[in-house]
Amino acid sequence: MSIQSKNNHAFAVQDCALAAIATGQRAFNLRELRDKIRGIVPDSIYYHFWGGLLRPRFDDPEYHNDFAIWARYGLEDAVLAERLGIIDPTDFREMEALREWVIEVVEERLDEREQVPASRSDHPFYFVRSQIVVFDTHVRIEQPEQLGAAIPSMSLGSIFFHFVDARRRPPHGEDDFRPWLTTCFEGYDDLCETLGRLDPFFSGLAALRKKLTEVFAHYFRK
Amino acid sequence: MLIILGNRALSTLLETYAAIVGEDVVDQLRQLARLLENRRVVHVNSTREGGGVAEILTKLVPLMQEMGLETSWEIITGDKDFYECTKSFHNALQGNRTAVADRLLQAYEHANKRAAEALGPVLDQADIVFIHDPQPAPLLSYCHRGESKWIWRCHIDLSRPYRPVWKYLRKYVVDYDVSIFSLSAFAQALPHPQYIIPPSIDPLSDKNIELEKEEVQAIYNLFSIDPDRPLIVQVSRFDRFKDPIGVIQAFRLAKKYVPDLQVVLAGGGASDDPEGASVRREVEAFAEGFEDVHILELPSDAHRAINALQRAAHVVLQKSVKEGFGLTVTEAMWKGKPVIGGNTGGIRLQVIDNHTGFLVNSPEGAALRVRYLLERPEKIREMGRKAVGFVRENFLLTRQLREYLTVMVALIHGCEDRIELG
Repeated sequence: MSIQSKNNHAFAVQDCALAAIATGQRAFNLRELRDKIRGIVPDSIYYHFWGGLLRPRFDDPEYHNDFAIWARYGLEDAVLAERLGIIDPTDFREMEALREWVIEVVEERLDEREQVPASRSDHPFYFVRSQIVVFDTHVRIEQPEQLGAAIPSMSLGSIFFHFVDARRRPPHGEDDFRPWLTTCFEGYDDLCETLGRLDPFFSGLAALRKKLTEVFAHYFRK
Repeated sequence: MLIILGNRALSTLLETYAAIVGEDVVDQLRQLARLLENRRVVHVNSTREGGGVAEILTKLVPLMQEMGLETSWEIITGDKDFYECTKSFHNALQGNRTAVADRLLQAYEHANKRAAEALGPVLDQADIVFIHDPQPAPLLSYCHRGESKWIWRCHIDLSRPYRPVWKYLRKYVVDYDVSIFSLSAFAQALPHPQYIIPPSIDPLSDKNIELEKEEVQAIYNLFSIDPDRPLIVQVSRFDRFKDPIGVIQAFRLAKKYVPDLQVVLAGGGASDDPEGASVRREVEAFAEGFEDVHILELPSDAHRAINALQRAAHVVLQKSVKEGFGLTVTEAMWKGKPVIGGNTGGIRLQVIDNHTGFLVNSPEGAALRVRYLLERPEKIREMGRKAVGFVRENFLLTRQLREYLTVMVALIHGCEDRIELG
């Protein structure tokens, strides 16, 4: 394995926070949910799939997106909750494709049910979007080994920014680590391949940070 | 100011917060504040003492000043009818179907007109004006707006307002640049962005700072509480939405199984709440004849006594039936106490069922959970540990300040979906 530096650009570690903004839109039954999803801003779809990673919560949630949670606890429709809960947003490169898929799942359920499932009046689905604030941590990393050493002490906001938010930033549409490793260095293809296989969605940010730490540690031990 | 934390002398508020929440968190605040340097910010509410809003502003204002924002805090006052009107608003906006008499509305509008004249010079020069709650909401319509940005910060549970009253208030709110609510469930159909920002507590305030054991012990003597018997505590204004009667009902049910049980209902007066005294009398009448019920009327500055009471409690209750947020829940959690909270409003955001406490829907539910916890001291400790960590991550003042600064940066610099700093 030949490893060398092509272009010595330091990796700037950044942190982020999401500011939640109510859209004023809400749905009281499944048909309303479908109709609102059709027209809501893409940022809101993003927030309801990914925003939960940065919200206050404990342990692994039973469902991984807000639509599934509402289907279970708002509509009390366990079947729909499971169908929505299995949707993996990383399968969709475009937010519009994800939106269409969610609508498809909801419509399928509407066809199956004789009555439109409705929530209790005090438990509608509130559509929220977010604004991301990106902070500079002033931490600069020169070498891939240093990145591995820095990951365990990165905040969950940093992990979100570099491994989740990065996927919707052009030009790469992937995490920030792989483009840095391939642009600035040679010989890290194996590491990049392993990083590419990591699931950023289902395990939560703390678990993701742990997995990243293990991947780097294992690679450099080897 | 010089604060000693451990063996370090810290000379600024920011340094002191950095010692608690971490230097990186304070650095984020500085990055945001740099974009707002020398901007003039004015907060307006209706009381300097009593209630969560005044408590937050007491610390938020000096902190914003220290970060280079020219920040001031003004209050709106009025006559008896004004306070009666705003209390009726408070009740109606949280769901009571109570109309507000024209006479009271006139007093409300008159007080705002007068306040606009008095505060005009300050408000006219402000870059950003934070208006807290309904009391000063009409100020914008009576002021020269100029280039300034106006933010309406609503601290109450607006999830199911009595529509005629909200319709009246909405006509004043629509012209604001931004609204801020504590939960997405409280947001309304408004033509401007509505940020969701839960409130927070100040870990350095007298109400939340670590106390010496002796100071906690002293509270037992002061209020004739037996230190060797289990104690449940609810700290709240005497307000029907806080369900103080429900707390006593829960106490009576639980006492059948825990005969030594004692309960404290500690209420502080807020100067803008005219109903407090009558609710307290109702509670006292209801509790008459029951042993071990301590109903305490504490002055609004009895922060250390409240701190000590929360620390002395085995379990803390906040059995509200409506709650904008419930800062007393955060305070108790910060002191490592599990909280049995009403399943409503902002309490749901803090009491994570089975993790930091229990959500309940009735006095019976509260009694059941009191009994459950008092039989399991190890569960009390486990939930308490989780609660402290949860508050540190989510509900300290620095997080709220970061979000306020974010709103201000977005407003002043016209950012949409991304704000990149550094």
